Amino acid sequence: MAIGTLPAAATRARPSIRARLSEFFDREHILGPLFISPAFLLILLLVAYPFCMAIYFSLSNTFIGRPSHFIGLTNFINLWDSDAFRQTFQNAFVFCGLAVGAKIVLGISLALLLNQQLWFKRMIRGAVLLPWVIPTALSTLGWSWMFNSLYSVVNWTLLASGIIDPPGPNWLGQKYYAMAAVIIVNIWRGLPFFAITLLAGLVAIPKELYEAAEADGAGPISRFWYVTLPLLKGVLAIVVLFSTIFTFSEFNIIYVLTHGGPINSTHLFATLARQVGLETGRIGEGAAISLYLFPALMIVVWAQLRYVRKQAN
Amino acid sequence: MKGRKFWNQVLAHAALMPFIIFAVFPFYHMALTSLKQNRELYDRTAVPLLIRQGATLEHYNRLLWETEFITWTKNSLLVTILATVISLVIGTIAAYALARLKFFAVAGLGTGIFVTYLVPTSLLFLPLAQVVNWLGLGDSKWALVVTYPTFLVPFCTWLLMGYFRTVPKEVEECAMVDGATRIQALWRIVLPIAVPGLVCAALFAFTLSWNEFIYALTFTSSSEQITASVGVTTELIRGDIYYWGSLMAGAVLASVPIVILYVFFLDYYVSGLTAGAIK
Repeated sequence: MAIGTLPAAATRARPSIRARLSEFFDREHILGPLFISPAFLLILLLVAYPFCMAIYFSLSNTFIGRPSHFIGLTNFINLWDSDAFRQTFQNAFVFCGLAVGAKIVLGISLALLLNQQLWFKRMIRGAVLLPWVIPTALSTLGWSWMFNSLYSVVNWTLLASGIIDPPGPNWLGQKYYAMAAVIIVNIWRGLPFFAITLLAGLVAIPKELYEAAEADGAGPISRFWYVTLPLLKGVLAIVVLFSTIFTFSEFNIIYVLTHGGPINSTHLFATLARQVGLETGRIGEGAAISLYLFPALMIVVWAQLRYVRKQAN
Repeated sequence: MKGRKFWNQVLAHAALMPFIIFAVFPFYHMALTSLKQNRELYDRTAVPLLIRQGATLEHYNRLLWETEFITWTKNSLLVTILATVISLVIGTIAAYALARLKFFAVAGLGTGIFVTYLVPTSLLFLPLAQVVNWLGLGDSKWALVVTYPTFLVPFCTWLLMGYFRTVPKEVEECAMVDGATRIQALWRIVLPIAVPGLVCAALFAFTLSWNEFIYALTFTSSSEQITASVGVTTELIRGDIYYWGSLMAGAVLASVPIVILYVFFLDYYVSGLTAGAIK
């Protein structure tokens, strides 16, 4: 009897420890921090810490394999003496402004068309979204073949249809054409995001509003202007915010298509930072170029958030 | 009236054609180039839109047997699958904590994760390369397994928070009244309801890490360690000599895994894209 009770008591005791443990972990103020800590540590170690390092690098004359010294804001100021940086600064605004502007106009048009009654709805959506899904570096490689100086299919088509005269532009070798080329590829790649997200915004607009507007005698254009556009503004603002950030910090398209050339005419902050920081080893200067992205992004984010809040009120 | 509706529909399709051609043509041209013989490819008098002198698989043969393409693809798969699984696990528990639990600084942490979600990879790659070296992961694909979660976890967390909030609290509370612990309730009740969200997060994590380029380009360089995108864009170009046929074959083959997922899960892509931006 005595032998029999011992294990029974032990098994009764064990679940009580387990129960106590699980009760301990069940408390929200224990489980919450426990669940969030892997993500928190990851961000702390691999996002926040590198960000602080970037700031430190940018304030020093760090060069690969040499001790560094603190030099204050010298990097940020000296960059303005560099033609390459001034050109890059200008490029960033031209590239971002034109690409995002075109994506807004084309994105709204495409979303309006996709919102019509269509016969092959799924297939059409699939085709439209495709550029967004395929690895950008690889699809851009396809574009660089399309813009090839000797065998450009773009030039062939334009020549064959009589739009341009032979020999046609050398897309990636001429200043303005190269900028046009990288903007076209960025629009191509970013348009699906605009169209599909704006389509979701369009679908959410109640049909009754259009019926009411039509009953009041509003034509298609004024219905778009007074019903669609005001109700789409919130979604549009968020899409523009995302797109501005990612267009401004574009790297893949430039790197694969032009490497920043010809003569820096398509360099953006990310590609110039890589060239200066890694290819020539001036990490301090490279970090400073990267960080020029940051205030510009902050301004965009701030403006967008303010706009969204104003819309909400 | 019915006739007018029909013609409106025809008009909408006609207006969509330029957009569809713009979206799809580069892929058509890529596939076409990869199948053309060099003789026709580099003939300036040939029509570039068609194959007229017979198709060939020579570019694919060269790519598969004379380059390290298979190694690069294996690297891509390994990095992508591991990074996706790690990010999904970390993202799921973080999202659950942020969406459901009340604890110290929960709102601040949520904002922090959202801000991280907006930080572009091109801002941090320089110092991160140093961190990677310190961790002893310089020129190693494991550096990518470690760093990809930095942009995948914020994305997964943000997406899943939205899904978890749609699960009614009462369902979970019922299970807990019946004696289930919170972790059991999460595992048996909340996660099964949130499966569409998990599929969506997994698909996007897979796509984002398969498509990642700047970290892969910066943190790895030797032929045994690089991923497919980096391999095709750097190793296949020797000096100024471009083997366009093989390059396009590489671009086509390295896109295949994503295209397969895409064809089967198109609706998840559409809903995830909108959710990621709006929620």
